[in-house]
Amino acid sequence: MEEILLNKSGGKIILLGNETIVRGALEAGVNFVSTYPGTPASEIGDTFFKIAKKVGVYFEYSTNEKVALEAGIGASFSGLKTLVAMKNFGLNVCLDSLFPLTYTGTKGPMVIVVADDPSCYSSAQSEENSRGLVLATHIPTLEPSDPQECKDFTKLAFQISEKFKIPVMIRTTTRVAHQKMPVKLGKITFPGNVVGKFVKDPKKFVTLPPRVLEMKKELLTKIEKIKEFSEKSKTNFVDGKTSRPIGIITSGISYLYVREALKELNLNLPVLKLGFFYPLPEEKIKDFIKGLKKVLIVEELEPYLEKEVERLAKEANCKLKVVGKQLIPEVGELKPEIVTLALAKFTNAKYSILNTKYQIPFPKRFPQLCLGCPYWLVISAIKKAVDLKKVIFGGEIGCYMLFGNSPINLQDYLSCMGSSVGIAHGIKKATGQKIITFVGDSSFFHAGIPALINTVFNKSNPLIIILENRTTAMTGHQPHPGAPVIPNGIKIEEIVRACGVKNLKAIDPINQKEFIATIKEFLNKKETSVIIVQRPCIWIKK
Amino acid sequence: MDKKMKKFNILIVGTGGQGQITLLQILSATALSEGYDIKTSELHGLSQRGGSVEVHIRFGKKIFSPLIPQGQADLIIGLEMQECLKACYYANPKTNFLINKHIVPIPLEKILPEKEILNNLKKVSKNIFLIPAAEICQEKLGTSVVAGVYLISLSSFKNLIPIKPTSLFEAIKKIIPEKYLELNLKTFNLASNSEAVK
Repeated sequence: MEEILLNKSGGKIILLGNETIVRGALEAGVNFVSTYPGTPASEIGDTFFKIAKKVGVYFEYSTNEKVALEAGIGASFSGLKTLVAMKNFGLNVCLDSLFPLTYTGTKGPMVIVVADDPSCYSSAQSEENSRGLVLATHIPTLEPSDPQECKDFTKLAFQISEKFKIPVMIRTTTRVAHQKMPVKLGKITFPGNVVGKFVKDPKKFVTLPPRVLEMKKELLTKIEKIKEFSEKSKTNFVDGKTSRPIGIITSGISYLYVREALKELNLNLPVLKLGFFYPLPEEKIKDFIKGLKKVLIVEELEPYLEKEVERLAKEANCKLKVVGKQLIPEVGELKPEIVTLALAKFTNAKYSILNTKYQIPFPKRFPQLCLGCPYWLVISAIKKAVDLKKVIFGGEIGCYMLFGNSPINLQDYLSCMGSSVGIAHGIKKATGQKIITFVGDSSFFHAGIPALINTVFNKSNPLIIILENRTTAMTGHQPHPGAPVIPNGIKIEEIVRACGVKNLKAIDPINQKEFIATIKEFLNKKETSVIIVQRPCIWIKK
Repeated sequence: MDKKMKKFNILIVGTGGQGQITLLQILSATALSEGYDIKTSELHGLSQRGGSVEVHIRFGKKIFSPLIPQGQADLIIGLEMQECLKACYYANPKTNFLINKHIVPIPLEKILPEKEILNNLKKVSKNIFLIPAAEICQEKLGTSVVAGVYLISLSSFKNLIPIKPTSLFEAIKKIIPEKYLELNLKTFNLASNSEAVK
């Protein structure tokens, strides 16, 4: 039995933030889980993948985050307890389905976990802060600081969703998702394989005007009620007291750095720690700032809390000095020493970091394609087949984004999943220049197919190279529709042909001669051409 | 152990695939069995593909941050020598460095001479223990993959870390899968006989 399933109420085991989200969902009695893998959220799906059958939970790796959310919506509309997990960029992909979901609300309780990645440790395309999308979609959102809170907040999120019939988001960041600590366990009841039932209720599930505007009013009323809940919630609390009229407001991982900093500086200041990001407990915040002269807002990335506190201060304490991004950087993750320095400046305390006088240079080591990776064969063929200066190379998300590193240098643009093909079409139409664009197999299923169809339909002729390594390699070798656990996946070749591509060849790149000749030939075609490079990742079990 | 702060900070650095996360699991299981609060931090995903990988393990009476603050590592375990230079961000003059005498070349960069690395490290701390762990394990056990387990075992036997070898032994048994357990327990015993650190 996996340790995560240990049914010893009150016992303590060491778990990763992502694992405690799984544990919290199990303790809440989750029935249905869907995800698309993405660091730093992957272990949520991967853990369910291992245990789902054992515990009677339905689990799937969906084709992308949008269909993962839609699968979850269907399950919730049918009354099941549902969890959907993704990384921040996944939230963008599923946004179209999330907006109407907060309007219709849920039937079975539903929790959506979204993991942000400040400092972009495993995120190429942007340092996205999901909080902006929380405000846009009105989804109630909790922000845990550590694995214990990940578990407790997940359970609470299910309760809130059940009570108010609305999806609830858990927003984590890398240092929460990939943090470990001893976690106190609760009881798992193992509900077994529950079959849902969809009961027709068009008034609830159909967002058609003019009903949709009524729904918006109902949503805003719901949010007001959840705000009252948030005001009373113990997840928003004040610790520390002082005679000085200064305080700190913080949440998520930043709270842990604040506590570390207070200890380091030997300070005792009141800290308002917020478990709710949306809706905020506004009265609690107003109470907290009422007697203060200045307050420090400690948050990573954009100043969402800071702006809210400034707004509330106008009502509660118009002389209050609100300090945030003035001392706390907006780019990159926070670290304990960054918060300690900011807090020292804020309180005029003395603080110097022990070791800043040593400037030790060190060589930088970047991630590399593995030795034996089939992509090396792609690189060598391309370098032999074309004049690199005269061809544009399109990249996107997957191990092949390492094509951008020296000495490979086969990447002239890089954006989100599936985008390399869409952008290649645009460049072709705009310039007519020669272009080779790469898309991985999991990416192709995720968001590449509409772009391929567009290329054929609107008639341009990039050379699209689909890298079929039969796994979602970069995020931990999860299966995808072309390479599911049970063999006989959906064949990419058949999809490409059905999209109307005439110049199509599937090649094992070990056959360099044929591969090079095909690149040369296809690059001069007047219509869209596709080469499917078929050779499995060295790490997948055959 | 920092008496005033009542906590101990371990940083393990190396390159992707050297088993940092397993070492983190063993050390945190050991600390839990000795009744400490624990916080750790690790990174997953792309950075593991041959890039620099560092993990943080902190234990003591009450731990908040999963990241070690700059300059506050008590022990830095280096599974690769060049990576130790990067780890200096977390070191201070009292920090102990326990280093595997092993270099993984960086593509397109010239390999730094061992002496240059050590001289640079000595600017920060004099407490540097360079151990040919990979070589010892290769010679005595036939594989260098357990060099990390050798080093953490050594750190316990030589009091570079305030946890008992017996607790560490139990944690290895708990964390390492059956298939590799014998090899790892042999590694532990090999470290117990080492004269490398006095």
